[in-house]
This record gives sequence, C-alpha cells and structure tokens, in this order.
Amino acid sequence: MLSTLTALLLILPLLAAGGIALGPARTSKWIATIASLAVFAVALAFSWGFPGWTDGSIAPSDLGLSVMPSLGINLTLGADSVGVMLILLTAFLMPLAVIGSFTAVVDRQKEYYAWFMLLEAAMIGVFLARDAIVFYTAYEFTLVPMFFLIAIYGGAERRPASIKFFLYTFLGSVLTLAGVIYIAAQHALAHDGAWTFDLAALATFASSELSNTQQYWVFVLLMIGFAVKVPFFPVHTWLPLAHDQAPTAGSVILAGTLLKLGTYGVYRIALPTAPVGGVELDQFIAVLCIIGIVHAALICWVQTDAKKLVAYSSVSHLGFCMLGLFALNSVGATGSVLYMINHGLSTGALFLCIGMIYERYHTKDMAQLGGLFKVMPVWSFFMVFFTLASLGLPGLNGFIGEFLCLLGCFSAEPNSVAGYPGLLGPWYALVAGSGLVLAAMYLLIMLGKLVWGPLKEPHHDAHATTQSGSSLPADLSPREIGILVPLALVCLAIGVYPKPMMEAIAPSVEKTLAAYPKLVDRYVQDGSLVAPRVDMGQGVARAQPVGSE
Amino acid sequence: MTTLALSNSLIAASPTMTNMSSKITLIAPEILLFLGAVLVAVLGLSRNAALRRSVPMVTAIFLAGSIVVTCWVYRTDAVATSGLMLPMLGGYAKTLIAAIGILLVMLAGPSVDRRLEEAFDTGRASFDPIRVMRGEYFSFFLLSIAGTMLLANANDLIWMFLALELASLPTYVMVAVSRGTRRAQEAAVKYFFLGALSAATFLYGFAMLYGATGTLELPVMAERLATQSATTGISALAILGGVLAILGIGFKLAAVPMHFYAADVYEGASSPTTAFLGFVPKIAGVLALMILLSTFGYSGHSTVAGGSHIALPGLPAPLTAVLWMVAVLTMVLGNVAALLQSNVKRMLAYSSIAQSGYLIVGLIAGPQSGYDAVLFYLLGYGVTNTAMFAVLASLERHGEDVETLDDLAGLRTRHPVLAWMLAASAISLIGMPPFIGFFGKLALFSSAIEAGQTTLVIIAAVCSAISAFYYLQLVAVPMFGQPNARTETVQAVPSRWPRFAAVVCGVGVLVLPLGLAKLVAFASSSTEPSAKVAAAPSDTTASDAANLAAR
Repeated sequence: MLSTLTALLLILPLLAAGGIALGPARTSKWIATIASLAVFAVALAFSWGFPGWTDGSIAPSDLGLSVMPSLGINLTLGADSVGVMLILLTAFLMPLAVIGSFTAVVDRQKEYYAWFMLLEAAMIGVFLARDAIVFYTAYEFTLVPMFFLIAIYGGAERRPASIKFFLYTFLGSVLTLAGVIYIAAQHALAHDGAWTFDLAALATFASSELSNTQQYWVFVLLMIGFAVKVPFFPVHTWLPLAHDQAPTAGSVILAGTLLKLGTYGVYRIALPTAPVGGVELDQFIAVLCIIGIVHAALICWVQTDAKKLVAYSSVSHLGFCMLGLFALNSVGATGSVLYMINHGLSTGALFLCIGMIYERYHTKDMAQLGGLFKVMPVWSFFMVFFTLASLGLPGLNGFIGEFLCLLGCFSAEPNSVAGYPGLLGPWYALVAGSGLVLAAMYLLIMLGKLVWGPLKEPHHDAHATTQSGSSLPADLSPREIGILVPLALVCLAIGVYPKPMMEAIAPSVEKTLAAYPKLVDRYVQDGSLVAPRVDMGQGVARAQPVGSE
Repeated sequence: MTTLALSNSLIAASPTMTNMSSKITLIAPEILLFLGAVLVAVLGLSRNAALRRSVPMVTAIFLAGSIVVTCWVYRTDAVATSGLMLPMLGGYAKTLIAAIGILLVMLAGPSVDRRLEEAFDTGRASFDPIRVMRGEYFSFFLLSIAGTMLLANANDLIWMFLALELASLPTYVMVAVSRGTRRAQEAAVKYFFLGALSAATFLYGFAMLYGATGTLELPVMAERLATQSATTGISALAILGGVLAILGIGFKLAAVPMHFYAADVYEGASSPTTAFLGFVPKIAGVLALMILLSTFGYSGHSTVAGGSHIALPGLPAPLTAVLWMVAVLTMVLGNVAALLQSNVKRMLAYSSIAQSGYLIVGLIAGPQSGYDAVLFYLLGYGVTNTAMFAVLASLERHGEDVETLDDLAGLRTRHPVLAWMLAASAISLIGMPPFIGFFGKLALFSSAIEAGQTTLVIIAAVCSAISAFYYLQLVAVPMFGQPNARTETVQAVPSRWPRFAAVVCGVGVLVLPLGLAKLVAFASSSTEPSAKVAAAPSDTTASDAANLAAR
C-alpha cells in the first residue's frame, strides 16, 4: 500500500505533465489543479500510513528497480520523517502555486503547467530518493523546468536570470556528483568491484572506512553543490536575480521548496556521509552563515523592490537554517528542519502576496506603492500576518525554528552545560541574533511603506485589469483568499503547537548526527581531525614522530 | 581482476590461431559495405533519375545489412578465438557505426546534388555524368565507414594504418564535394594536408614501435612489451613511438594539439558532412587508441628504483602523462573556445573537441570499465551529435546552410519540433539527467575515479559545467529568442528525412536511458577478453598481483 502511494507521488505529476502537453490549452490549468490536489491527497495518505514517525526509519524500504546493474544504480524510493514533511510541504504548496497562476499566466499555458508538474515530480523525487544517482537525477532535473519557467514567463531580464540560475546550480552540483562518485568508487575498490549508490550504504561506508583526509575533501565537494542551492553566502548571487525575474508561482516554489533541496542535501547526504569534514569545517561554515545572515539583512534594509527584499530575506533566513544544522547538536538540527518547513510556508506566502500586488499594479517598487490598507484591507491583513510569521513572532510558525536554531548555536560549546556539545557558542549566536533584529527592521519597514501611510498607486488605468483583460477586484478575489487562508492556518497551527513535528523530527536528527558527539570531542582535544597529528588513516605512521617531538 | 584477465589474454593469444577464412568471416560486414560502395558509385552515374535518387536508400540498406551480418558474425566462435587484441570489440562498435550511419544517410541523402537534380528536373540543365556527385559521395561514405569498422579488427600495425587511412581519405573528398562553394574546397584542402601530417606522425610512431619490438603483430608486440616491462622497463623507443602514435591518432579525435582543422573544416563542409565528420573519424580514432593502448597494457608496469621494481598502475607512466595532458588541454580548450563562438557549426566543432577530451579520460581509465564507458559514451554522443546537425540540415536560408545563432533565434515559433529536438540534445550534451548524455558521463567519471584519476574527473566536471553555458545558448536562442529579419528567411528544406532523423535522435536521447541496462551490457560485452584464452596461465600473473596489491 505504502509502495503504491510512493510510486503514485512520482507518477501522478508525470502523467499530468504528459496529459497537459497532449491536451488542449484551455484544459491545462484544470488538469494541473486536479493533479496537484491529487498529489497532495496522496501525500497525506502516505504520511498517514508512514511508519517512520517515531523511529526515524526510512519507508517504504522494499521499492526498487534496477537501472544500471554495472554501476549498482537502482531506482529505490523511500523517505524518512524529514523527507515526508518536505514532501507534504511540496505537495501543499504546489496546488496553491498552480491556482495562484490562473490570472497571471495567459500565454503558453500548456508549457507552463506541464513544467510545473515536471518540477513537482522532480522535487518529490529528491525527497524520496534512497539512491544517490536517483537523488542527483531528480535534484538536477529541477533545473530544467525552473530554467524554462523563468526564461519564458519571467520579467524583463529573464534570459540572463535563467542562465545564471542554471549555471550556478549546475556547476555546484557536478562537483557534488564527483564527490558522490568518489565515495562509490572507493566503496567498489574496497568491496571487490561491487558498485552501489545506495545512500545508506555509502554513508555507512564513507563515515567509517574513508580516512579523515578523504572525508574532508568529500565533504568539501558535496557541500559546494548544496551550498549553491541553499544559497550560501559567497555563492548566493543567483538567487535575488532569479527570484526577481521568476513568475510569482515560480518564486513561491523556488523559495518554498527548491532552496530546501540544498539544506536537505546537507542534512541527508553531506553531514552523515563525511562527518569528519562536517566537524573540521564547522566553524568556517558557521562564520559564512553569519556573514550571509547579516550581509543579506543589510541589503534588505536598503531594498526598494518588495520582491527583491523578500528574496534577500530568504538568503538571510536560510543562513539561520544552515547555522542550526552546523550547530551539530539535536536542538539546532531540529530547529533547522522546522525552519525549512516554516520558511517555505511564510516566504512562499509573502511571494504570493507580492505577486497579487504586481498583478494589480504591475510594479513591485515600494516607492510607487503605499497605504494599500485603504484599498486592500484583506490583502493587508494577510501581508501583515505572513510578515510577522516570517520575522519570527512567537505564536506563529517562524518563531520556533528560529529560536531552536539560535539555541542550538548558543549551547553548542564544547563543554555545554545544556548538554548539547558543538563547536560554536554564545558569540556565534549573538552575532547571528543581530540578523533577527535586522529582519524585524526591514520587514516592518516594508510593511510600513506598502500597507500604511498615505495611499499611493502608480496609475489607476492599469489598476484592476490583468494581462488577460479580465478584471481583478480592488481587493483580493475569493480565489486569492482561498489560496492564502490554508497557508495562514498552517502557519498558525505550527506556531501554536509545534510539538508533534519536533517529536517526528527528533529520531531522524539522531540518526543524521549519530557520529558527531565523539568527533566533536576528539576535535576539541586534538584541535584538528585531518592534520597529520591525529590522522587515523594512513597518516598514523607520519603522525608518531610529530607527536614525540 | 579484469585487468589481470585481459593481460593474460594479450599474452596468450598467438598469431598461429588466425587464419585466412576466419579473417574473412570477421570482415564480412566490411566486404558487404565495399560491395555497396561499388554499386552505389555505379548507380549514381545512371542516366535514370529514379536510379540516381535511390542511391541514399541503397546506402542505408547496405548499412542495415552490415548490422545483420555483424550480429551474425559475432555470434560465432570464430571471433572469440581469432586472437585479436580486443576480440569482441567489433560486435558493438560496428553495430553502432552502421546504425548512426543510417541516420547520417537520412541527413546527407537529400542535400547532396540537390540543386543539380532540381536543374535536371526543370530542364535547366541536361544530365552530365561529370557533374553529378551523389554516387561518389555515398560510395566514399560507405568506404569511410568500412574503414572505421575494419579498425575494430586491427591486429597489426599495417592493418591499423590502412584502416585509419581508409576511414580518412574518403572524408577529404566528401568535404570537398559536399557543397559547391570555395569554402568547402578550402576546408577540404586544409583537412587533407593536416590529415596527411597526422598520418605521417602516427606512421612514424608505428615505425618506432616496430623498431623497438621487432614485430608488427599487436598480440606479439604486447607480449614483448610485457617482457621488456618486467625486465628492463619498456624501451624509450617504444614509448616515443607510442606517444607519436597517440598524438597522430589524436587528429581523428580532434584532440589537442591536432585540433586546429576542426573549426574551419566543420564550418566549411555542409551540415550533413559535418555530422559525419563529428562522429565517424572520432570513433575510428577511439578504436585505434583502444587497441594500441591495450597493446601497451594497463597492468604490470613498473619502475626500477634502487634495484627493485615498483609496480605502477595503469599505462606506462609517460603514456599516462601524455594522455593526461592531452585530455585536460582538449577539454579546457574545446569548452572555452566554444564559449566564444557565434557560429553554431564552429561552436559544435569546439564542443566535439571537448567531447574527445572526455573520451580520453575513459581511455586513461582503461579496460574494462573505462573502455565500456567510452563505448557507451560514443553511443550517446553519436545520437546527440546527429540530432544537432539534423536540425541544422533541416533548415536553410536562401539555399545556404543555417549557421549562426542569430539564424536560429525564435526557431520555436516557426519550427517548434526542431527547436525542441535541438533543446533536448543540447541538454543531453550538458550531461543533465535523465538524458543519455548524463549516463555516459556518469560511466566515464566512475571508471576514471575507480582508476585513481580523481583530479582529472574534477577537471572534467568543471569543464562540463562550463560547457553548459554554450549548450544553453542552443536551448535559449531557439526557444526564447525573438525572431528577427534574418530568421524570417529561414525555411525548412523540402525533404522530410533530415527532420525525421532529428526527431528520431532527439527522442532517442530521452528514450535510450530506458534501455540503459541492456545498452551498457552490450557495450561491456564487447571489451571482454575471450574466455578461452583468458584461462591460460602466464608469467605476468605475479607482477599483476603485486600491482593489484599496490593499488
């Protein structure tokens, strides 16, 4: 039963994409809506029957199909509790994104909705993959639909934006692939030529049998690809451009789920596979996270374009998410996973809100807009609500993840009194925490400009007509309210009662971070894991004379 | 393990096992193609227009026939016991060459002599056997393919040299006659002189190999090189010969430093001929290098230090070094130069140079996994290369080939199918899963990392990311570009065959991965040493074991 549902999660969107491509253009949005709702229903049924909520196991474990026996590549599918949550997030956002595009996209509808369905299949494929090559295939394939969505339906600079998006992520992920192949090749050499790309097998092999130096470099390779996708401080520059140019629904999916592929990759592959690298580079990465948090927040502060502001705020927010992961303790990692979900919900919703304004006024420039509360009270309510969720108001969803990430970072001292050892500490948390203050500032400034103050509208003739010529009401239409209400409810529910989610995340986190406490202790004792002094691999012979000096 | 079995087979295979009849059986597909070449040359001169028009069809039928014959030949025991260096190589290689050949005929068929035939039809010109080229073109087409196929059976240096020349010489003529312009003739002359230079280079290398080992027969040479390696080390003369041969054969692959001709020749020849040049000589070069490098052997080499032998993995170190440099330079130069091109054919020429770099990575990795990967990669490359040129061959502007990126701007609005096929094959060449190109690269990179070439793979990975930039132009310009005044005059050619080939290949890049397991198994069956000879004991076992232990 579970296997059937798993297969359906992938097959339904693919079939829908085929149906949209072959069917007439006027049915495409309805096929996409029905299919994405059906996928959401299947995802709910799947999570209902999912046995791994309490023990962190991966289910289903019996679904497999041999693809390339000579390299041991199998199409194996299954997810752990974190994966299932992200699948639910994807399946939840997708119908909203599709319904949200009804009036925004009028040209080339067939391609638009077909690409969306392919994108959904690819994203779910990433979270379902139990084989590294299946993971990589789905991970990379998300680029193609997104590339077309940005390049065809985007803003004025859509071509350079789409190409930059593609190249950045592609360059990163080929290096990730090289890292994965390296582990698999070492596995094959150690096991008499038996290739496998099974994620669990590779993680077990790499974390226990690769030398510390090997693990270090493997971690570097793996991280490059994921860091671009997250996006991480020095390689984040594709994101604001892509977001700015992408159509609204594209931005929703990009912020909501696509960025999570990066953090999920770190969580699911990089951290458990090469723990030595994780420990060794921990502080370096944390510093980059913090630079990213503050740097992006400062950019947000001076931003005049509302959509770019939210895009940069994503860079800042995902810095928190990564900082939580690299606290290397269960609190931080749990917070980080919660953050992935919550950021998807609240930032996705913010992009939808801004898209609704753009459809009405054809501008996102905050200098031309203002005081919209007077004409759009309903929209203003949602805008304020999601902004507060995004800046981490207690009681809404953003707070708990942010708090746990910072708590994890704060208590991640080597000899933590709280019992959550790590390599960071209060100083890291303090500087990163300034990002929270900045977030409150820039988000509230945005609200102040857009929602309150004297009414400013760019030119009233464009007002209330869309590209399709059908008129939109001054305030939100029932369809638009219908999109935002479920998002708001989920944000509220998670904010008020996050405990079940935290309990479901905990066992998965335990497994991911299993190797870390010991390594952190050793790192604290020796000062390094890969320097010759403590190299436990072939470096041992060299290490002794140095130690005896 | 695999290297051990292979080197055993090299040592144990003796020339006495070959005889005339089995040799004739082995080259039955080539004999068939030769007959086809003669027939086509005659048909092409016929006064009857229908007979002349049948030439491409007859060519395709002979190619299909050669696939059938290949399948039949490689089922028999004659092959496994023939004492060839890589006895089963032809089974896969010949099938692949002929299959891609059929697709290439679809491209070339309608284009050769098109203007002339139209003139005959409308009565503007009367039939003149001197001016018709179709027979010659397809006759040379088949001869070049036959030469490439013969390489798979090469068992001595003379055979290899003659087969390489048989594969190359017809292509010079094909470039010259492919379109009646000065540019084509200029391209042909350049191609011919540089080709002659390369032939001289590898022939000189072959002569040195003969001088160093005293034999032309490759299995015997392999045995003597192995003996040299185990005692005094391989002589400098043999190494020098090997290096010259590699560089010379590199011309066929368009590998640096023998790549200079590629851009000019690709640009000068007609699109269908360029498609041919991008695939057939390349596979010829790869087959020749495979056989030559297996003669040197990928195991048992050692260096003498302090009186004791230290085992080295892979090829003799100087050859690895040369191939390594050639691979890196080829990948970097090909990809970077392709970035700068606005002419699609020149861009594809540099892309084809870059692809050769990836192939050499697989050759460095060696048998079996590296060779398997190279052969499998060639399948994906052949299909995508044909798809791209098929799209170009389906279009024309004022009766001339479509060449620049501007000509393709907004292709989607007028020829959506062609634009999609171009996009699919470009995305496959980038190495995007789940297209065929990805699995080729995956297999190549895996084998190279397994052989310890991690740095090389990282360079290759970065290069393939660079390549994404110019391949994306081939997606972005036709799909999202604005049609301009130039593109208004771009039309589809009257014949539907190039479009058919474009669709077959474009769909193929997505459909072939469905049969991945079978295709990979087919590719790897062709590099297996024959079981019978592999069982024989040999002296190198000990050094092999030492070598494996060292790894």
